[in-house]
Amino acid sequence: MPSSEIIGWFADIGLSDRPTVGGKGGSLGELTRANIPVPPGFVVRTAAFERFLEALEKVEPVRAKVEVLRADDLDKILALSQEMRARFERVPLPDDLNSEILAAYTELCGTDSNPPLAVRSSATTEDAADASFAGLQDTYLWTIGAQATLRCIRSCWASLYSAASISYRRKHGLPEGGVAMGVVVQGMVNAEKAGVMFTRSPLTGDRSVVTIEGAWGLGSAVVSGEVTPDRFVIGKITGEISVREISDKHVQHLPAPGGGVGEAETPEELRRVPCLSDAEITRLRDIARKVERHYGRPQDIEWAIDYAGEIRLLQSRPETVWSSKERAPVAKPADDPLQHVMKIFGGRR
Amino acid sequence: MNPTVTTKAKGFPLPSSLKVVTGTEGAQAAYPYYMQFSKEDDERFWFYNSMHFPEPMSVFDMITAEAAYCALGSANTRVHCLPTTLGIDYRVMNGRVYIGGNGVTDPAEIAKRTEEFKRRAFYYYGNWERLFAQWKDKMMGLIREAEALPKLELPEFEPLEHVHAGRGIASNHYILETYQKTLEGYFRMWHHHFEFLLLGYGAYLTFFDFCKKAFPEISDQTVARMVAGIEAEIFRPDDELRRLAKCAIDLGVDGQFRDGVPANEIIRSLQKLGEPGAAWLKELAISRDPWFNINVGDGFYHYHRSWNDDLSMPFAALPGYIANAKKGERLERQTDKLMAERHQLIADYRELLETDEERAAYDQMIELAHRVFPYVEGHKFYCEHWYTNLFFNKIREFGALLSQHGFFPETEDVFHLSHYELESAIVDLMTSWSNGSAPRGTARWPEIVRERKAAIAEWAKHETAPALGPVPDIIDDPAIVMLWGITRESLDAWLKAGEEPDSDEIRGFAASSGVVEGVARVVKSAEEIGRLRHGDILVCQVTNPSWAPVFQKIAAAVSDIGGSMSHAAIVAREYGLPAVVGTGTATHRIKDGQRIRVDGGRGIVTLLR
Repeated sequence: MPSSEIIGWFADIGLSDRPTVGGKGGSLGELTRANIPVPPGFVVRTAAFERFLEALEKVEPVRAKVEVLRADDLDKILALSQEMRARFERVPLPDDLNSEILAAYTELCGTDSNPPLAVRSSATTEDAADASFAGLQDTYLWTIGAQATLRCIRSCWASLYSAASISYRRKHGLPEGGVAMGVVVQGMVNAEKAGVMFTRSPLTGDRSVVTIEGAWGLGSAVVSGEVTPDRFVIGKITGEISVREISDKHVQHLPAPGGGVGEAETPEELRRVPCLSDAEITRLRDIARKVERHYGRPQDIEWAIDYAGEIRLLQSRPETVWSSKERAPVAKPADDPLQHVMKIFGGRR
Repeated sequence: MNPTVTTKAKGFPLPSSLKVVTGTEGAQAAYPYYMQFSKEDDERFWFYNSMHFPEPMSVFDMITAEAAYCALGSANTRVHCLPTTLGIDYRVMNGRVYIGGNGVTDPAEIAKRTEEFKRRAFYYYGNWERLFAQWKDKMMGLIREAEALPKLELPEFEPLEHVHAGRGIASNHYILETYQKTLEGYFRMWHHHFEFLLLGYGAYLTFFDFCKKAFPEISDQTVARMVAGIEAEIFRPDDELRRLAKCAIDLGVDGQFRDGVPANEIIRSLQKLGEPGAAWLKELAISRDPWFNINVGDGFYHYHRSWNDDLSMPFAALPGYIANAKKGERLERQTDKLMAERHQLIADYRELLETDEERAAYDQMIELAHRVFPYVEGHKFYCEHWYTNLFFNKIREFGALLSQHGFFPETEDVFHLSHYELESAIVDLMTSWSNGSAPRGTARWPEIVRERKAAIAEWAKHETAPALGPVPDIIDDPAIVMLWGITRESLDAWLKAGEEPDSDEIRGFAASSGVVEGVARVVKSAEEIGRLRHGDILVCQVTNPSWAPVFQKIAAAVSDIGGSMSHAAIVAREYGLPAVVGTGTATHRIKDGQRIRVDGGRGIVTLLR
């Protein structure tokens, strides 16, 4: 099926579609179009959320109820949040919306019967000025079956009305009318190991290195900070691995029986073993370089490697910490290039 | 005495606390007075120059320090007027050479010198190619003059043609004149050596400094790869060996080159082979002049002979090169490929810079670094190798003459007289030849030479402190930083090494990446190179260009001395071997035959059990 007002396949969308697919969806589309491996999938566009919200508002107001709350009235926020979650679960999806999402689900599954999927919030505000907002929405990993997928999509939408999200918006005075969300539905990588990488050094801001952090199992253990990942630094250009810090990776996230993610102790023989080989570190570097070149700026990337050794990216967003720092130029061109040597000969620097 | 010296919690021993090894007092006293430590020296910081002088120095060989520091100092202090540094002082104790820099700290003085520096150094940078071309002419002229120095002859009667020509000057005069010219040429050579060197290093360091600020995690070796030359003359001797290996195969005489067969036997067997053997020997002769004028040291010891004087080093490498060529490996260095890689590296880092402004500054600095580097890499072949070989061999002729007249038993004994003492012995001989008396020196020198030789052997058994005196708060002398890689950080590491001798890790500069485990072969002098077996890890104090052939058989290299642009680092990168240099202590802490792991990307050597 082709992309539509409701569904956007990764191959058809890009960063410029952010208003209708959200930041995460736009980024995954962008990567797909740049031939960078990401698990296949589609975005349930913000129009679907708007349609569902209309259906909800027909029964009882949603946005108006949020707008009257004070940011510091936590009791009321909590109460409304619980009410909204219940309504998001109870009110049926409009029929045409339901069938279009199901058709996309069926196409994504192809010949596989009920493969595990990731259902991820893709808010339109994500990657905006304050990236921390992105963490307030839900992600559902290892979702199995059409009904579970639909349920998770609703839960993602509902997460816009979690107590944390509401109070965040109230605190920052964000208008409720602009609140919308896309939802990414994509294949799940059965990750043997996963983690994050930065196309510069988070410590020094150096753009000539790629810093990779990874641990055993699904990447959620690294992203959530539940495990101290191994840390590697590789020269972006030279490919020299200059840092190998191997940590005790005591736990890992693994698919739970029947769906979802569970935590397990890492087998003793793997805990202190590097999760990445030099060849894998090099391949990750190659991909990181390609992504950074594509975007033209330093990136913050989530990656996973499955048991067959295939690398997939799950996310790429602009690095914000160093990029937003004002920095004096290391040197400016001199009218007489020889003046540069005075840095060495001219005395105490 | 400076009170901060005694109150410093951390510091090196004071010079006055060093003791002459018992029984060697006479040998220590043989060094000229201006090389001896005095009480005032306790107030200054000194370090053992084990990069250039890793073994105890015989009294004649101290001329290599004397002439070098005279020329280095005048270039810095009086010629180019480096703003913050003058020259380098040196002292000798138990045959070990300690050096210390003379900094300039008075701001008014620095300002005055800065103005002078710009008028002088900037002119050199601006006219680099022309002045460097002129330098080569001067240097070749000097080499030709040294080659043209007359043979030493004291005939029974002055040749008749001299008499009939009315020369009016007898042969003994020419002995002294030749000696003085030999010394004069050697001192002059060192002025040529330093004419460009500090300026060259400074321009390189300017680019290096920029890279370290723009890319805080860039390795030293990566910056070096962006600047290092590819067709520098110092690679030529090794290239010639590869060429000779290929010639041997092409001529079908490669079977004559076998491990362990002495060079003269191989040459004899080639001579018996007729036409193909003669053809190869002709090629050898072409390579030898001038490329075998490379010595197996760095030009500071008389016994580091050149390949031309001792063919065993180049011939030992030939079987390996021949085997590699037969395996189908390309023997020629792939200069086009290396050049393309260098261009790519420079372009890739350039792309990562934040702004066009930074890119413009980067372009300016690397242009200057490339302009100066051919000198930095190229001068050594002419100065420390070719000319130095000529010099020591000329001194050997005096040694032979004096030994013939009974001054000491062996030709090589001449190197146990200082250059002043040698002149006095020559005058003694001149006098004796002229007046018909026996020379006086025959009664004097044999005992002294014996005593001094014993002292050198004794000193070699004793370790010496890496540094002396108070640790300076900051090392701001560009010469010290550039030439010896000594920084406040490296001194702290030395002090720390003394405190934690039990660690199984040795840290140095990451010179060439890769991780290798293997058997350490601790090679303390060039004569021991023959002990290296295929797959060994070379552990040495310092390597120099003539060691290049050993890199074909080793698995990794570790050195006490050297930075990322040191010879060991450059050659290791070319051969793709892991290398850690500038460890300070590797040859002391690693036992010969011990298993070690070398991580050249991180600069760490691990001692394995």
